[in-house]
Amino acid sequence: MASRSLAPYVLAVLTRPPMTNGVKTVVMRDRLAAFSSSVCRLAFVALVCAPAMVPQILHAQRGTIPRQANGKPDLNGIWRANGNDSYDIEPHNARAAMASRPGPVVPVPAREVLAFGAVGSVPSGRGIVVGGPIPYTAEALAKKRENQENWLTRDPEIKCYLPGVPRANYMPYSFQIIQSTKAFFMAYEYAGATRRVYFKDPGPAETDSWMGQSVGAWQGDTFVVTVTGMNADTWFDRAGNHHTEAMKVVERYTMLGPDHMRYEATMEDPQTFTRPWTIRTTLYRNVEPDATLGQFKCVEFVEELLYGHLRKAPIKP
Amino acid sequence: MTHPMSLVRPLFRRLPLAALLLTAIAPRLVNAQAATATARYIAPRTPDGHPDLQGNWTNATLTPLERPTGLPRALSKAQAAGLEKIRADTVETTAKPSDPNRTAPPVGGDGSTGAAGNVGGYNYVWIDAGDHVAFVNGELRSSFIVDPANGRLPALTPAARAWAQQRGAKNRQFGQYDNPENRPLAERCLMSFGSNAGPPMLPNGFYNNNYTIVQTKNHVMIMTEMVHDVRIIKLGEPAPRSPLVRPWMGESWGRWDGDTLVVETTGFYPLQELSQSVGLGGAWGANDSLRVVEKFTRTRDNVILYRFTVHDPLNFSAPWSGELPMIAMEEQIYEYACHEGNYAMSNVLSGARSMEREAAAKKKSNPPE
Repeated sequence: MASRSLAPYVLAVLTRPPMTNGVKTVVMRDRLAAFSSSVCRLAFVALVCAPAMVPQILHAQRGTIPRQANGKPDLNGIWRANGNDSYDIEPHNARAAMASRPGPVVPVPAREVLAFGAVGSVPSGRGIVVGGPIPYTAEALAKKRENQENWLTRDPEIKCYLPGVPRANYMPYSFQIIQSTKAFFMAYEYAGATRRVYFKDPGPAETDSWMGQSVGAWQGDTFVVTVTGMNADTWFDRAGNHHTEAMKVVERYTMLGPDHMRYEATMEDPQTFTRPWTIRTTLYRNVEPDATLGQFKCVEFVEELLYGHLRKAPIKP
Repeated sequence: MTHPMSLVRPLFRRLPLAALLLTAIAPRLVNAQAATATARYIAPRTPDGHPDLQGNWTNATLTPLERPTGLPRALSKAQAAGLEKIRADTVETTAKPSDPNRTAPPVGGDGSTGAAGNVGGYNYVWIDAGDHVAFVNGELRSSFIVDPANGRLPALTPAARAWAQQRGAKNRQFGQYDNPENRPLAERCLMSFGSNAGPPMLPNGFYNNNYTIVQTKNHVMIMTEMVHDVRIIKLGEPAPRSPLVRPWMGESWGRWDGDTLVVETTGFYPLQELSQSVGLGGAWGANDSLRVVEKFTRTRDNVILYRFTVHDPLNFSAPWSGELPMIAMEEQIYEYACHEGNYAMSNVLSGARSMEREAAAKKKSNPPE
C-alpha cells in the first residue's frame, strides 16, 4: 500500500531534529530523491496523505504492539468502539428521539419513546462512512428511509436479534477477541453473539446466518476477515441502513498500539449499493486489570414486547 | 415439548430384555479412542506449554446422568452393544422420510412420549442424541454419576424438599401456556435444553451437543452450540466477585493442575435452574451456595475426559460427581439462532388462547343444565 510505504518518510519529517548536521541533510536529501518518483511531493504527502498514515504514526509513537508466539499481532482483549455511530453510521445532528411523529412546529418524540426524555434522544455523530454518503441505489435509499420511519417495528436490535457484521463491532457494548495461534473467536456482550473466524476457508457458506461465515488471513500485521453468508435481516445501525443477503464484508483489524485498533469494513452488495463503500473507526481496549466481558442475554428482556399480547391475561396498558 | 431425556430413559428401561436378546450379537468396541487416562499419552501443547484442548467436541452419548436401577457402573460389552443396537434401530426406523402422499394423521405425533410424540415435530433425521455408551477409564458407563457410588443423585435436603413444594404451589397458579415465563428456558431460547452450557456441561439427550474450545495464555473459551452460549474462563487466582453480578453459567476461574484444567464456577444467574437438567423437578436451581468444579484432561488426541463435582449444600445432602468423554468432531458448528426464529413461542401461546376461545364459545352455546 502506498500510504504504508510512505509512512517512514512522513514520520522522519515530523520527528527529525534540526538539520544542522551536514550528514543528516545528505541522508534526508537522499530520501527525498528516492521519494521524488512518488505521486506526492513531501508537503503534499504531509498535508493530504497524512490522515491515512495516522495508524502507522500512532503505532510508531506508542511503541510495539503485543504479538503472539508465531509473531502475529495479538488481538486478545476486550474491545469497544467509542462513538455514537451505533445510532447512525452517517454524519448526523443530535435529535429528539429515535422515533418521532409530527408536532405543531417540529417533529416530537413518538408516543412509544416519549417517557425516556433526554435518555431516549439521539446524540450527534460525525459518522464512520469514508468518503460521503452510503452509495445506495435509488430503490435501496427509499427502503432505508422507510426503515427509518418504521424503526420501532423494524430494527432487529429492538427485538434482541443477532446484530450481524459490521454492526456488532460498534454497538454500545463490548466484545472479546479470543485468539490463539490455531483459532480466532469473537464473543459479543450484546445478545451473546459469537463469531468463529476460520483460518482455513471452508468454502461457500452452507446456509445464511445472522453473523455470517468469517474467514480470516493475515496481510502483514492486519487481520483481514471476509464475511459472507449473512442473511438480509441485519442492519448497520438504528437509522435503518440495510443490505441484502448478497453482501460481502471485508474487515481489516490493525493494531495501532497496545490498546488501540483500527477497524475498517468494506461492504459490497450490488443489490443495495452502487459501489463498494467503507467504514472506519477505532476500537479501544478495556485496560482495567480485571476486565470482564459483560453478559447481555437480552432475549429474556423482550418477551413482553414480542409475546405480551399473547398472555392469557395481557397486562393492561 | 417432551423432556429430551425421555428419549434415553425408555432405552435403559428396556435394557435387561434387550441385553438378553442381543447377547448373541458380536459386541462392537465402541468409541475406540476411549477416555481412559493412559500414562503414556502426552497431549499436544499450546505455545504456553499446557495441554491443547482446542477444537470442536461433542459429548452426545446414550449414557444418562443417573444410573438406572439394577445396573452396574460398568456395563458389559453385550449390554452396551444391546443399547446401541436399539438406538441404531430406532434411528433407522424413525429417520425414514415421511410418505409425501400420506393423508393427514387423525392426531398429531406418533403417540410416543419421545421427541416424535406430541405434534410430531421431529423426524429422527433432525435428532442426534448420541449413538454410543460413554467409555471412561476402560469402562462402558451406565451413568455419568460416579459419586455417590450407586450412580444416583444424593438425597435432597429437607429444605430443598420444602422449597420444591412451595415452588410447585406457586407454579400451579398458572397454566403451563399462560405466559412466556411459564415455558421452559430452552423453549424461550434463553438456554439450551438440559445443562449443555452448564456447568456442569452435560449432553441434552436430544441434539446439538457440540462445543468449541479456544485457549489462550489467560483464558479458555468454551462455546456451546445451543444458544451460542459462551463461557470465558479466566485463568489465575479468582478476583473478588460482587454478589450482585450473577451471569448465566456463573463466573468461572481456571487453573492448571499438571495436565488437567480445573475450573471453579460460582455466582450463577438465579433463573438458571440446574434442576431442569438433572430432573430434580422443583428443587432449587442455581443458588448462592452452588459451586461447580470441572476437570478437563485430554486423554487421547480425540478425547477430553470431563469430570465434574457439584457442591450444592442447599439442595443436596452431599456433593456429587460425574465423568464423561468429550469426543473430537471434524464438522463445523453452525449458528444456533434460536430466538430469531422462535415461531414456536408465539404459536404455542396463541394456540392456547385459541383453545380457550373455543372452549368459551362451546360453554356459551351449551350452557350447563
